[in-house]
Amino acid sequence: MAKEKETVPGSLIALTIGLVVAVISFWYGQNNNLLPEQISEQAPLVDDLFTVMATIATALFLIVEGAIVYSLIRFRHRGEDETDSEPVKGNFPLEIFWTAIPAFIVIGLGIYSVEVYNQMGGFDTSGGPQMAHHQHHSVEIASLIDRDVSAPLIGQAGIEEAIEQAPKTRPDYGIGASPQDVNNPAEVVINVTGLQYAWLFNYPGDNITSGELHVPAGKDVQLNIEAKDVIHSFWLPQFRIKQDALPGQMSQLRFTATHTGTYPIVCAELCGAYHGAMRSQIIIHEPNEYEAWLTENRVATGTDQPTVAVNPQDLSDSDYLEPYAKEMGINADVLAQIQP
Amino acid sequence: MAQAQIPIDSQINGAHQHPEAWSWYHYFWYNTDHKVIGIQYLVFSFIFYLIAGVMALFLRAELYTPDSDLLDPNVYNTLLTNHGTMMIFFWIVPAAIGGFGNYLVPLMIGAKDMAFPNLNAISFWLNPVAALLMGVSLYFGGAQSGWTAYPPLSLITNNLGQSFWILSIVFVGTSSILGAINFLVTIFKMRTPSMKWDEMPLFCWAMIATSALALFSTPVLAIGLTLLLFDINFGTGFFRPEMGGDIVVYQHLFWFYSHPAVYLMILPIFGIMSEVISTHARKPIFGYKAIAYSSLAICVVGLFVWVHHMFTSGTPAWMRMFFTISTLIVAVPTGVKIFSWVATLWGGKIRLTSPLLFAVGLLAMFVFGGLSGVTLGTAPFDIHVHDTYYVVGHFHYVLFGGSVFGLYAAIYHWFPKMTGRMYNEPLGRVHFLLTFIGANMTFLPMHQLGMQGMPRRIAMYDPQFAGLNQLCTIGSMILGVSIIPFLINMIWSWGWGEQAPRNPWRSLTLEWQTTSPPAIENFDEEPILWAGPYDYGVDTQMEDDEETVEELLATVKSEVK
Repeated sequence: MAKEKETVPGSLIALTIGLVVAVISFWYGQNNNLLPEQISEQAPLVDDLFTVMATIATALFLIVEGAIVYSLIRFRHRGEDETDSEPVKGNFPLEIFWTAIPAFIVIGLGIYSVEVYNQMGGFDTSGGPQMAHHQHHSVEIASLIDRDVSAPLIGQAGIEEAIEQAPKTRPDYGIGASPQDVNNPAEVVINVTGLQYAWLFNYPGDNITSGELHVPAGKDVQLNIEAKDVIHSFWLPQFRIKQDALPGQMSQLRFTATHTGTYPIVCAELCGAYHGAMRSQIIIHEPNEYEAWLTENRVATGTDQPTVAVNPQDLSDSDYLEPYAKEMGINADVLAQIQP
Repeated sequence: MAQAQIPIDSQINGAHQHPEAWSWYHYFWYNTDHKVIGIQYLVFSFIFYLIAGVMALFLRAELYTPDSDLLDPNVYNTLLTNHGTMMIFFWIVPAAIGGFGNYLVPLMIGAKDMAFPNLNAISFWLNPVAALLMGVSLYFGGAQSGWTAYPPLSLITNNLGQSFWILSIVFVGTSSILGAINFLVTIFKMRTPSMKWDEMPLFCWAMIATSALALFSTPVLAIGLTLLLFDINFGTGFFRPEMGGDIVVYQHLFWFYSHPAVYLMILPIFGIMSEVISTHARKPIFGYKAIAYSSLAICVVGLFVWVHHMFTSGTPAWMRMFFTISTLIVAVPTGVKIFSWVATLWGGKIRLTSPLLFAVGLLAMFVFGGLSGVTLGTAPFDIHVHDTYYVVGHFHYVLFGGSVFGLYAAIYHWFPKMTGRMYNEPLGRVHFLLTFIGANMTFLPMHQLGMQGMPRRIAMYDPQFAGLNQLCTIGSMILGVSIIPFLINMIWSWGWGEQAPRNPWRSLTLEWQTTSPPAIENFDEEPILWAGPYDYGVDTQMEDDEETVEELLATVKSEVK
């Protein structure tokens, strides 16, 4: 009898374990530090979703792994006891419980994901004001760059004109405007072309073609993405957005950078032997610096010829890229071929 | 019915206490015995496991430094493509389905052989042909566009290597379809008459779900790859954008098979788990029906989740959302299985044998892989980590931590039955420890790498990721070393191990009721179901009962003699 009095009640143990698991899970969800810096308005949305999932996952992980380890220690076979264990063949209420709880969790996560995707601008790709202009353009798109660049623009063309020069077609795929901006055209439109093994950025209003992406902070930027040769994938890790660049099909990413700085642009889809070297950078300026950059690069040539703002050796400042520059086939000749 | 004749046959042949056995050379040629075919599949596929494993070690060695300094980048892509292809099509699928499926299904249901023994032998021999074609592909430089072979890259990269690679996969796919038909007919038509559906071992339920999936989805892959072959060699433009083709259609065809392929690689393993855990924990499986039906649920839902591999591709918003939800739903039946196995362990009398250690290792790693899978299922997060090392980490947790651990558990568990000899237990435990440490060290840091910004399938990477990559490489070397105790154990035990009794694990499924190794037509007499497959401890007089069974069998034997 004395012994029974001294044992801790099972419900109290369960409560304690539950609290400890909850505290650890919550702490790990908040402090895992697995994701890089947040530079876009989408990034906090995605990270919050991850935090929720990491918290739930940590709790489930601790409970299940804890049960496994506990069983292995507590219920391991000892001594010469060759009898079998208590034949428990199931427990219907328990089985219902562990079917229903995950079902509720995943349905909740599903609804939450749809909401996050909406806030990111994922639903802006079909429908919306420019929908009427949409057409199938698999062949037409292939010459998009030539068309934009060949439009003669005098030096003073600004962002406003860039918008007017934006392609009339509306991409089917990718991330568009957030629900708040769905009726506003983007403030900066840049055409992105992926080719083995570089990204080219064309500023249609300004006749500039660059190997690095320059954008103003705090402005709504739209990238129209396509590929020349094979599939590439345009990834901005600090922005938490990614979209495949598809030959023959137009896609888009739309974002607002929240800080100035320089961050990597990564190709995420296997595109050939030097796929790993297909990296560039996004440089986020203060809006006035951005204007200066535009002016500088427009002035650089002083003609209606498009400017190659970056020479091939500067495509990336990473040291490792240098030995490949020749093999990658990106040199002045290749860039010149792309220009009219 | 053929089965009615079994006792008569055995009497006519003057039943032999020690069954006539196949000689070693029978295993190297055309043979219609499902047990020979099963072992042929296992040994054949294991060779490819070693080859693909060495490829992985080279990949990891290359990634020890950020620069591309060990391998030519084209060779790197050949290795990464063929590592994936061989691990999937020449190791896990043939070993789990062809190997254990063939060996165990007829024994477990009390049949003499598969329904179509010749078809069975043909489906095996398609694999060496496929391997030969893969060898030709490698001779020409190999496929270099990833196991996914997305056009246009697959159309413009090493055409000869890519073409032979396609032919090889088509042969393997054909083998898979023929095998699926054979399994379905065998399980539906050839169960021993007294075996009801709910008395069937759970491995057989898993094989029903696996075969149905293979039957529905494999032809779609064959279509996609054949169109790709035509595009490469015969001037068609199905996937050539400049000719009006559509590259995204290929991705749909590919993933309509290749997502279910994930379940082809894990459902049989789930079946193995139920057998191993219940037997070595000496406890009935917890929730037989839930485990059986969740296999079918995974099979059905698994056919409708393929677009989650294409969330960043040319997929519209509604598709990304629909497949987010359907993908998340798959987690429910999978969770049911996990919880049921944990509940089976709970309150058991667990023997820490090598098969159980690997089964528990699987459970531990699969939980993690399943949870990271749920995060990947949500499109908003997947957009960030798609095609990164996060994905590589995730699928190695479920494919290595899941399928390969399960195969190891199965090899140890049925080794006495297949070879008639016991394996060495301490070596098996060393093997487990090295594998478990190596796997976690290799694949856990990959999650962080991916989230921080390292894409997959690259030979050169940003130097900031060097530290974690070195950790992964060291882990992979431990994995490489872990195979040595296993090989020594298998080869030594097969040749010189202690003789195995008929039923060393005192298991209740039918394959353990015959000799080790089983006679050529499996059972001298039509097997009798003494108990359900997992009725451990159901009768308190269990020990006495088992002795009675042994005695009964002995009496029967002596009478026959």
